[in-house]
Amino acid sequence: MTDALVDARNLRKEFGELVAVDGIDFEVRAGEAFGFLGPNGAGKSSTMKMIGSVSPRTDGDLRVLGKDPNEHGQEIRAQLGVIPQEDNLDLELTVYENLLIYGRYFGMSRKVINERIDELLTFTQLDERRHSRVEPLSGGMKRRLTIARGLINTPKLLLLDEPTTGLDPQARHLLWDRLYRLKQEGVTLIITTHYMDEAEQLCDRLVIMDKGRIVTEGSPRDLIEQHSRREVLEMRFAVGTQEEYAGRLKGLAPRVEILPDRVLLYTDDADATADAVAAQGIVPESTVSRRSTLEDVFLRLTGRTLVE
Amino acid sequence: MTMLALSGRVVEASARVYRRTWRGSVISTFFNPILYLLAMGVGLGQLVDDGTGSTTLAIPYLTFLAPGLLAATAMMTGAGDASWPVMAGIKWRKTYDAILATPVGVPELVVGHLSWVGIRLLFVTVVYSGVMTAFGATTIAQGALAIPPALLTGLGFAAIITAYTARLKDEQGLAALFRFAIMPLFLFSGTFFPLSQLPGWIQPAAYATPLFHGVSLCRGLALGTDFAVHPMYSITYLLAMLILGTLLAIRLMGRRLIT
Repeated sequence: MTDALVDARNLRKEFGELVAVDGIDFEVRAGEAFGFLGPNGAGKSSTMKMIGSVSPRTDGDLRVLGKDPNEHGQEIRAQLGVIPQEDNLDLELTVYENLLIYGRYFGMSRKVINERIDELLTFTQLDERRHSRVEPLSGGMKRRLTIARGLINTPKLLLLDEPTTGLDPQARHLLWDRLYRLKQEGVTLIITTHYMDEAEQLCDRLVIMDKGRIVTEGSPRDLIEQHSRREVLEMRFAVGTQEEYAGRLKGLAPRVEILPDRVLLYTDDADATADAVAAQGIVPESTVSRRSTLEDVFLRLTGRTLVE
Repeated sequence: MTMLALSGRVVEASARVYRRTWRGSVISTFFNPILYLLAMGVGLGQLVDDGTGSTTLAIPYLTFLAPGLLAATAMMTGAGDASWPVMAGIKWRKTYDAILATPVGVPELVVGHLSWVGIRLLFVTVVYSGVMTAFGATTIAQGALAIPPALLTGLGFAAIITAYTARLKDEQGLAALFRFAIMPLFLFSGTFFPLSQLPGWIQPAAYATPLFHGVSLCRGLALGTDFAVHPMYSITYLLAMLILGTLLAIRLMGRRLIT
């Protein structure tokens, strides 16, 4: 075992016949933002619950903050902040009261909690809502309150399960900004997401999970380099002509992927590839060149089939 | 923090939520029993007392009914607090998940919840006992004596029904509970008439129900009359229900929430 904040070895979780987490190894180091990326049902949330010490593992070894959750769940939970996938706030209570009762569950005194609430309301920009009931608040505000609540005990490790799912773009960006600040203050973050841009924005290191296993691991940049190319050229062709051209595109880029509605060319230099395509006399209806993203890696590794 | 201290924090939070929501439950907890006393005790009671009923009852019907209703009201309150709010915590609002992400564990959550129900029961039984006295059904002192057994009855039900709710998929099971268990108990546990009025073959079943024991204790103490069954049996029965119900609730809640 190392001095990592979370250390998992061959971690397994089964629900009866169903294998949710199928023997995974990973380490989360102090101060980093670590991501679990994967389609629905990949085992991300099950892994988070085991780390959160509210779900016993079926097999393997797990240490959180150096302790075994099976033996020391209560001590571990005292130092964690948990932001669940669905907001589970007390809707009848005010913003302030939600934070107060939560702090009390951690055994904090009212004085300490009140100081902390002042800081957190400023941090999450909820100052003006201090005495509002939670029920009528917007989705973004509820989310921010859930995050403030998760921070009430000044945790060393913050677990965020799909933190921005269902939020509008403004609310997402505000949240990312707050999480980024937390990271700068030295809080270790573990994030699950199925948004690639979120993982790229926030995570220093991530694993991609599929069907309970870790498919790959690395920094967003490493993963793009390993599993994709630097740039992508997306070409659309007039209806009915794609098949004819697609065959001729092969060989013009290190990897060519043919989708029903467009052709993707993975390349290190999109402009050079576009020139090469033009030189062949191939004229697409439209062309987009862009940076390769984690999405390309993700789709390549977990397949394009829809998981529901 | 000790288990007791953490349970106390759960009570604190429940009290805070109650402060914001008590208006919704005030009718069912306080006015319904008073309405029952008026309709059954005063209205129906006059018919009973004027008719042949008075040959089996040595006391006015209102006096007979009031302590029985105290126990029944405690049962209703305990059952109500252990059903819909618990389902909301587990499933609809998932507030229990939020609580269990803190140092509070399942035993502290269950004990805290039941302690809060106990406090609510104390409000309800004290108020009801006062109403009973105002109606002239008992004296202040004897009315107060009936509060602890009513509390025990309500808590016993709350514990066992918390365990029951922890296993439920949806609220249909709660509707069934009230329709097929709570309502028949309310009607046939000696609240409204002595069990000797029931056909002989069904009497043993009625003696075996928990509410019967609650009614027997409350009535005996509030009226200073003989108990329908030796009070030691009743106290043991209700205490066992509370303790076993609590242990079962902790176990089933753990199975439901710690997956």
